[in-house]
Amino acid sequence: MEIISEKKKGGSSRELELYFGPQHLGMIGNFSITLNVRGDRIVRAEANPGYLHRGFEKLMEGRSWIQNFPLVCRVNVIEPGSMEMVYSTAVENLAGVKVPPRGKYIRCIYLELSRIASHLFGLWAYSKTLGFETVGGWAMYHRDLILDLFEELTGGRVYNIYIWPGGVRRDLPEGFEERTKDVLHEIGEKVPDYNQTFFENRLFHERARGVGVVSREEAMNTGGTGQVLRATGLEYDIRKVEPYGVYDEIDWDVPTREDGDAYSRIMVVRDEMIESVHAIFKLFDKLPGGPVYNKIPNPFKWNIPEGETYVRLESSRGELGLYLASDGGRKPYRAHFRTPSYPHGLTILEKALAGESISDTGNIMISLYVTAPEIDR
Amino acid sequence: MSGKRPSILNSLGAGKYLFRRPKTIKYPFELKEPAPRYRGFHLNDWDACTGCGNCEDICPNEAIEMVEVPELEEAPEEGRTNLRPQINYGRCCFCGLCVDVCPAGALRLSRDYLHIHFDTDTFTFIPKDQKSAGEKFLPEEEYSVLKANLDHRRQDYEGFSQDLDFSLFRLDRVPMPQVPPEERKLSFIEQVIGYTKEEAKGEAERCLECGLCEDACPAGLNIVDYVGAIYEDDPDESLRQIFKDNPLPSICGRVCMKHCEDACSLGKQGDPVAIRWLKRWTADSIEDYKRSLELTPGEDKGKKVGIVGAGPSGLSLAYFLRLKGYGVTVFDSLPGAGGATRIGPPQYRLPLDAIEKDVNYIASLGVEFRFCTTVGEDVSFEEIRDVYDAAYLAVGNSDPLSTGIENADKAHLALDFLRSNKIGEGVEVGREVVVIGGGNVAMDAAREALRLQHMQHPETSVVTKTVSLEDWDELPATGEEVEEAREEGIQFNPAWGPKKIEVDGDGRVKGLLCTKVKSVFDEDGRFNPSFDEDREKFLEGDTIIEAIGQKPDFSFISEETFGKLEFTERRKVRVNENGMTSLPGVFAGGDIVNTNLDAVTAIADAKVASEGIDCYLSGK
Repeated sequence: MEIISEKKKGGSSRELELYFGPQHLGMIGNFSITLNVRGDRIVRAEANPGYLHRGFEKLMEGRSWIQNFPLVCRVNVIEPGSMEMVYSTAVENLAGVKVPPRGKYIRCIYLELSRIASHLFGLWAYSKTLGFETVGGWAMYHRDLILDLFEELTGGRVYNIYIWPGGVRRDLPEGFEERTKDVLHEIGEKVPDYNQTFFENRLFHERARGVGVVSREEAMNTGGTGQVLRATGLEYDIRKVEPYGVYDEIDWDVPTREDGDAYSRIMVVRDEMIESVHAIFKLFDKLPGGPVYNKIPNPFKWNIPEGETYVRLESSRGELGLYLASDGGRKPYRAHFRTPSYPHGLTILEKALAGESISDTGNIMISLYVTAPEIDR
Repeated sequence: MSGKRPSILNSLGAGKYLFRRPKTIKYPFELKEPAPRYRGFHLNDWDACTGCGNCEDICPNEAIEMVEVPELEEAPEEGRTNLRPQINYGRCCFCGLCVDVCPAGALRLSRDYLHIHFDTDTFTFIPKDQKSAGEKFLPEEEYSVLKANLDHRRQDYEGFSQDLDFSLFRLDRVPMPQVPPEERKLSFIEQVIGYTKEEAKGEAERCLECGLCEDACPAGLNIVDYVGAIYEDDPDESLRQIFKDNPLPSICGRVCMKHCEDACSLGKQGDPVAIRWLKRWTADSIEDYKRSLELTPGEDKGKKVGIVGAGPSGLSLAYFLRLKGYGVTVFDSLPGAGGATRIGPPQYRLPLDAIEKDVNYIASLGVEFRFCTTVGEDVSFEEIRDVYDAAYLAVGNSDPLSTGIENADKAHLALDFLRSNKIGEGVEVGREVVVIGGGNVAMDAAREALRLQHMQHPETSVVTKTVSLEDWDELPATGEEVEEAREEGIQFNPAWGPKKIEVDGDGRVKGLLCTKVKSVFDEDGRFNPSFDEDREKFLEGDTIIEAIGQKPDFSFISEETFGKLEFTERRKVRVNENGMTSLPGVFAGGDIVNTNLDAVTAIADAKVASEGIDCYLSGK
């Protein structure tokens, strides 16, 4: 901890520079924030990414179209599904590959399961930060049940490597629908406990209400999406405004809250999980038969015509985009991810932290769903 | 929720779980079963694995390296190498792309994922499966999770495995358009129509570029490159790649024995890439080889080579030597080039135009041809040896064999029959033809006879039958030829041996008397047929064609010189690694040297001899 200014002034009026992370108990992920504090108030915050830089975008230029598919999911460990989806859709756009209807449905089922798993991970992080270890434990357990489903569906628990250009990699195993519904029922039965212990708990309300307020205007000006925007009352969800997959074929709602504070954002996440559970049931009801995958050309000879595309979708954290360009060769010419945590974790976080208490740093950061790996790609 | 003011005591509600059974399992005393599709450690079926290396090529992390396993036998003709994938688990990300791209379906993932070891070098390992390393895969009662590692694995624990609907390759060939049997048997129309550009590109796209075909090809063509160039819409480049090793693409694109396709890794579970038809497409799609190839004869070396025989071997040698700058003269008794390919394969399989296309290009490089010149009659072999700095014998098997049975002189010999029809005056056939033999020449003769019957006896019913010593599963002809012949309605009498040609009082052929064959080969595997003399069969027929093989004719060489020419145990001309015979300066190749007896091996011999002659004449 380094004291850099106004040394002469004593007591709480001194401004100190503190490091929150990367090795801080309250920090989730390889990330750090430099806080300038006076007393326990944050005067200025500066986010420092770069601890997890793996150079994915450059790596992708050196790998063939199919070899990138096991790579992209690693950009974000929290929700690999959306990464697979955005890459596959971009490749399909460039190469003109079509996905069979059943493949689209299975993709959406898988993406919604990923969203729930990701939100449960977020809930674990958030509740632990506030000291609700029990709720965190429940969330992690329920996430594990979904990972079991992924294992059954894809063969992997975290890096599922499941959505690939042309559809999905395997059809649903026998009995998968029933087991998915069982898991969702199990999680659903626990919702009253979650509510009572956490969402309706005064401790949570006291810690989260009015903290880390991001106004709608501020969010829109700085690239805020996802819960950050929906917590300000704006019904903005890419699944609705620019539907992909089969989200326009089922009936579902966009949950919002009005206040733009940490409380609103966490409550949006909670409602979204419930909405996703409903959506999965609806998707299963309409699930068509037929193939799930249209074969792509021979991967060793797959030249994708020259062109560029930008694909965006609603990840669990907000707008996830991929700009992908091909020069007609067997590898991407350029790939660039637009990840939601980038604006959330850098500009918005810095603004939201200013004026808040040091003890709310983790609280605000996690309510903005800052996921370090996708900032450093 | 919003109405009432929440209490901090709410969290006490969670206390009820204190009295429930915990959800956490007591690892390692309780184990959780991985899902049936789990992507764990690799399994590899060593018998099915060909060592093609596609897994190595697809691996995004370079975790797979193909390593040589010396105790494994290599069999390039079957597309088998002694390479096997070695996985570095420090790099592997368990994506399973290697499984989806394995054309042999050998590589799978198991549900084992634990490796407990003190030595990090054990991370690198060559996977096998239960079949090839049973001792490492233990039944449940012997397995202990505390000892789990790559050599201590569970039995019957297959995980993520190949599903052909999701594989990264296509098993079905782009179908080759052909003239249907009912139509093609009425004339000599070329049976195989040939791919269109789109079809050729689609077929070329299937190639996985593993290169097993190149190891299997006697002439070692750059198949991956020329097939790749077709996919890249560059037929000129394709032709250039072919001409590096084979100057006869139009001929080979039609009648090659396609050893490459037998080795193709896609053939292990589906159809091999149609390499032969792709070569044909390249040759056919280019009007003028000269403009595409831009090859010029090498700088004149001032030395001359005489080649006896203008078949595939002689033609290829002429091409290779012209590129090196040697003067070349080719002698042949036929009125045109092509040798066995000129007279053997009927028009419906190899039209003369297709031969002329290749030959004209070779001639354009400055090769001197002396057709209708029989060595031994019009010019002596000794004279050639005197006049030319080196000589090449590529005379082929031109002397047809006869069965020697009673009245064999009433039968046609297949080679003469085919030659007469293709480049001579033609033969009259009867309404019932019997062909003796089960090889490719017999198929050619039978199918040609069938066409002649339809043309000479229109509107009447005709019968063509073959009789062979070999049974169905032993027939020396390729499966494709047999299948096509059957489609055209040719009758087969396998496992019958010819005994006697029956003739009537006027000396006209009545038919062929056959006896049942007990076995063709003796216990040592040598050709030594035995017959069941009690079982006889009479095949009616008015025309009989003998197609039981042919041998070389060396009568053009004087007895003194011939005495010095060495032969192998299989009666082949013995040549050294440079293609030179025991006669100094005399090289040889083609059917008189190799046992494959096909065009592409003849070309391969010519390639060797061209280097040998170059060394010999430049005194290296």
